[in-house]
Amino acid sequence: MSELITPSQTVGPFFAMRLPWPDGPFVVPEGTPGAITIVGRVFDGAGNPIPDALIETWQADPEGRFAHPDDPRGASASGYRSFRGFGRCPTSPDGSYRIVTLKPGPLPCPGDEGGTEAPHLDVSVFARGLLDRVVTRMYFPDETEANAADPVLSSLPEPDRRATLIAVPDPASGRVLQFDIWVQGDRETVFFDV
Amino acid sequence: MTAEVPIPSYGRPRGVHPPLDFSGYRSTGLRHPKKPLVLLPQRLTEVTGPLLGEELITPTDSDLTMQHGGEPQGQRIILTGRVLDSDGRPVPDTLIEIWQTNAAGRYRHSREHHPAPLDPNFTGVGRAITDSGGNYRFITIQPGAYPWGNHYNAWRPAHIHFSLFGRAFTQRLVTQMYFPGDPLQPLDPIFNSVPDPKARERMIAQFDIGLTQPEWALGYRWDIALRGRDATVFEDEEDE
Repeated sequence: MSELITPSQTVGPFFAMRLPWPDGPFVVPEGTPGAITIVGRVFDGAGNPIPDALIETWQADPEGRFAHPDDPRGASASGYRSFRGFGRCPTSPDGSYRIVTLKPGPLPCPGDEGGTEAPHLDVSVFARGLLDRVVTRMYFPDETEANAADPVLSSLPEPDRRATLIAVPDPASGRVLQFDIWVQGDRETVFFDV
Repeated sequence: MTAEVPIPSYGRPRGVHPPLDFSGYRSTGLRHPKKPLVLLPQRLTEVTGPLLGEELITPTDSDLTMQHGGEPQGQRIILTGRVLDSDGRPVPDTLIEIWQTNAAGRYRHSREHHPAPLDPNFTGVGRAITDSGGNYRFITIQPGAYPWGNHYNAWRPAHIHFSLFGRAFTQRLVTQMYFPGDPLQPLDPIFNSVPDPKARERMIAQFDIGLTQPEWALGYRWDIALRGRDATVFEDEEDE
C-alpha cells in the first residue's frame, strides 16, 4: 500500500530551530555508571565536514532488550529507568557529534532465523542535501567474536567496507568510541535500505 | 526463548521517496551515497523505536501564535490531520515536531540571511502528540515563500517542516507540508524531487471551509501516512 505513503523531504538547513533537544545527546544522563561516549564527525564526498547534519541513534539496553511492545520479551526487569534508547545530536561547525549512552547487549534474531546480532546502534543521518535520511549501524570494536557471527556484518556484499561500521576505540579512554560517517567518497560508510 | 515469537515487518516503499542523487537540488551532489544501499532485514532494532510522549510537551507547543507576549503577524491558520500507516490505521501517541518561517518568509535561525523582517512574536516551532485516533492539531500562521541559492531566482514555496517518529525505527519520517495553489511548486526542485506526481500531491494540505473558524482562522487538513506493517504480521496482539 505504498501508494498512500507521504514522501520524505530534506530536513533542510534550519532544522536546528526545532529538532535538537538540550538532553538529546544523552541516552543516559552524563555520569551514569558504565556510560560510554560516542564521538564522531560526518563528512561529504569532498572530505569536508558536514556542519548541518543531525545524527539520531536507536539501540537496545545493556541486556539487549527494548522497552517497546514489539519486543516479544518485554522490557528488562532491571528497568534502566533513565535509559531512553534514543539519542539525537546536531553536528557542530567541524562536523562533530557526541552521544552519551550505555553499551547495548547482544540481541536474539527473531522468528525461525536463530542466531544472535552483535551489540549495535542503528544510526540515522539527516542533512541539508539529503532528500531522505540515510541509515547505518555502529558496532563495537571489542566484540570480535560477536561481530564475526553477526548476520549483517557477515553478509555485506563488499566485505572490505565492513570496517566503516565498527567504531574505533579512543586510545586515551576505554569509555570513548569514535564513529565517523562518510556520506560519500573513497571511505563511504555502508548505508542500509531498511 | 520468546524471541522466537514473530515480530512485525514494515513494507519498503518503492517509488515514493525522492532519490538521494537529484541534480536539480545542488546540495545533494556531495551528500548522497554513491554505492548501493545494502538491504537490512528488519530485526528487533528496526521494528522498535522511541516512544516519546507527553513528557516533552507543554500547552503552548501546539499553538505557535501563543508562544510570546503578543500575536504574530500573518494569516492565522488551523492545521489538523491524522497520522496513519499505509494501511490506513491511525498511529496514536506519536510525537510530531514542526518548524517554519514567519509570515514574511524568514526563519528564526542564525544562518538565515534573507532580508525579511523577524517577528518578535513568532518563533516558528511546534510539537504535538497524536491522540488515540492518530489526530494532531496545530494553530500557527501561514508561512511565507523565501529565496534560496540553489539557482538563479530560486524561491521555496511556502511549507512547514514535519518530523515524525511513528512506532518503529522504520517508520521515521521527515518531510515538508505545502499549501494548495502555490505557483512556486512547479518550479521547486525539492518538491519535484519526488518522482511520482501523485506522491507529490500527498505533500499538499487541503483547504477546509468546515475547519475554518468564522472571524478567526483558515482551516487546513493534512494527513500523513507512514510505512505500514506487512500482512505477514503476527496478528494476535491488539494494536491499541
